[in-house]
Amino acid sequence: MRMNLDIVQETGASDRQVAYAAYNSNAFDDQKASIRAVTKTIPKNIWVDHLKRIQTDQDQQAFAELFGYFAPRIKAFLMKSGAAPGMAEDCTQEVMATLWHKAHLFDPSRASVSTWIFTIARNKNIDALRKQRRPEPEELTWGPEAEPEASDILVMQQESEQLSQAMKSLPGQQRELIEKAYFGDLSHGQIAAETGLPLGTIKSRLRLALSKLRQTMK
Amino acid sequence: MNIMNKITHHLSDQLLIGYSAGTLPEAFNLVVATHLSMCDECRAAALSYDSIGGALLQEQPTEDLGAAALSKTLALIAKGSKAAAPAPAGSDLPDPLSAYIGGGLNDVKWRPIGLGVRQAVLKTSHAATARLLYIPAGAAVPDHGHRGTELTLVLKGAFSDETARFAAGDVEVAGEDLHHKPVAEIGHDCICLAVTDAPLRFSAWIPRVAQSLFRL
Repeated sequence: MRMNLDIVQETGASDRQVAYAAYNSNAFDDQKASIRAVTKTIPKNIWVDHLKRIQTDQDQQAFAELFGYFAPRIKAFLMKSGAAPGMAEDCTQEVMATLWHKAHLFDPSRASVSTWIFTIARNKNIDALRKQRRPEPEELTWGPEAEPEASDILVMQQESEQLSQAMKSLPGQQRELIEKAYFGDLSHGQIAAETGLPLGTIKSRLRLALSKLRQTMK
Repeated sequence: MNIMNKITHHLSDQLLIGYSAGTLPEAFNLVVATHLSMCDECRAAALSYDSIGGALLQEQPTEDLGAAALSKTLALIAKGSKAAAPAPAGSDLPDPLSAYIGGGLNDVKWRPIGLGVRQAVLKTSHAATARLLYIPAGAAVPDHGHRGTELTLVLKGAFSDETARFAAGDVEVAGEDLHHKPVAEIGHDCICLAVTDAPLRFSAWIPRVAQSLFRL
């Protein structure tokens, strides 16, 4: 794991930069009490840092690690959604290539890395298997000047982790229904309006993240 | 384009889940994407449904890839990315809709369908039909019912029907049980994006004839 403390060691770095660097690093400098304080609440979500390394340094090692973890899961997801193994293999490679090219669009205050990859894989599935265009909402980006606050990134990554945990503890039948809906086994007419999904606070967090982003765009 | 303060009629969770899961017909996706561009409330909901997908992806049992998969992917990357066509600049409509029109409202090729109402069918997959509707101030879309689902998103102006008033950004989700006659408000012409997954059912015979002629 490459250390990412260069920003921290700069004198005069703002608290926000320090927190961000600390967040992005899995190996911390024990000398810095302020960083230790932040680490306590940091989830072991190393993938955010991997994407940042791809974006800023075109880091192939980071990409290879992401690939090792996510590619076999993407392939499984595409096969469950109806792709033949050969096609799923090709599409997985294209999804991972898209991840590389679009790494600069990933916003860790709005999604976990697995959520972002899910959306790329889903869109590839619609494009390659269903032969449809996929209309997407207007893009909201932080632009060259602004960037999300470290605390917002932290909270979103934690919320995503908690959602994953909550999904694991769902009753089997309910979980099966959700999987069916997401793997295309249910038509939209068959999806129950209220599935009792454990969305908890993630929706209101996202709402907050969007209004912060809107403020910077004005 | 964000006018959510005024939006009172939102997308249903059912549609948002379908959009996130990728199971909606293309025309429905177009309405959802256009509404999400105007409504942060629904955008936040859609993002939270995406995170369900993310959690499912993470929990997937894995499927092995070919030995050369990583090097093939790196070769793909080296070829560069296909730059997505940018949305037409300076459009007065949200990006996803401009992309289907190839511009803004001035570029729409309207066809009259009677009583001053005009429409333009947008090209999507055949599972559902998307059309822009232009309803002059005070005019009405003929009384009709639905076999399937009809979504009507207001882009400009406002209309009212038997159920409520719908203004810019609002979306009406009409099922089989709704029989309605949308009337554009006095003062402003009303422009909507409407999609259906089954043909509409008109009550009077003149619109029925028009329907066969104009693919309503």
